[in-house]
Amino acid sequence: MKGITVIVRKVSQLLAGVVFLYGIYIIVHGHLTPGGGFAGGAVISGAFVLVILSFGSEIQKLNKSETRSSLLESTGILLFLLIAAAGFFLGSAFFFNFLPKGTVGKLLSAGFIPLFNIAVGIEVAAGLLTIFLALLIYKDEEDR
Amino acid sequence: MEGILIAVLILMMAGALYALEAKDLLSAVVSYGIVGFGLVICFLLLQAPDLAIVQIIIETISLIIMIAVILNSTREEIASRQRSFVVAAISLIFALFFLYIFNQATGALSRFGEHTMRMASAYVQGAAAKTGSANLVTGIVFDFRGYDTLGEATILFTAVMGVLTVLRLRGRKAAGKKEGAE
Repeated sequence: MKGITVIVRKVSQLLAGVVFLYGIYIIVHGHLTPGGGFAGGAVISGAFVLVILSFGSEIQKLNKSETRSSLLESTGILLFLLIAAAGFFLGSAFFFNFLPKGTVGKLLSAGFIPLFNIAVGIEVAAGLLTIFLALLIYKDEEDR
Repeated sequence: MEGILIAVLILMMAGALYALEAKDLLSAVVSYGIVGFGLVICFLLLQAPDLAIVQIIIETISLIIMIAVILNSTREEIASRQRSFVVAAISLIFALFFLYIFNQATGALSRFGEHTMRMASAYVQGAAAKTGSANLVTGIVFDFRGYDTLGEATILFTAVMGVLTVLRLRGRKAAGKKEGAE
């Protein structure tokens, strides 16, 4: 797939980092402000989609990043399950909040909820990106 | 606020109807976007910013993907539909049937604005102290309803697996290599 004009490229070059950072902010502050793992992960995958659409990419590079994002997606859901299982072994039940709760409203609070947010964020970002890349690679392979 | 909500809902309905009737597929997709972004405004008016964030991102990404599909395939509708009397009659009967059911169901709900029921109010009252999370939605989603969220994450995982299975990137690549070796 080819990229778009130089104006679009420059604007997306400037914006993609900000969008990515905003996604990380939403994930990390998921237990304080609106948003969380699902929303932040979608924002992060949006940043990657922006860059790929405006710059285009050769199919070899896309294949490699598709493998990586698919791996990362599996890691995300595995992490989610491991934290939930840690509640079973360290606490009393599956999904037991075993970490100290802290004060409500601080960044480091709410026990393991931020960890869950990060795991789900990785999973959603990598999952949406994998679907997008898979469609793009399929199209490129059909063209050749 | 209810007036704005009704206006947005009517706009969404108009967008959906135009998306059905449009001859040009690109304009159909764009007018379908009205439905999604109108839903974002509805969520914001009903004070659900969590949903609004997710909806606006997902709507944008899916709109981009659909527009890319249309630009790569065709903008014309392939076959013009023939409207028969039987189809129209059946859809009218079903529409009336669902309208009746919907009317019955909304009668059983509590009034607009009084949405916190017994279970929800129990969640809302103790959530911040019990979970330690200032954002009650995240607290409920990851603590009280952890299994539910695990299921949602699994749904996304399964969806990705489904896409990769249908497109068969790996399998087709291996087949291509074999052909190249021969």
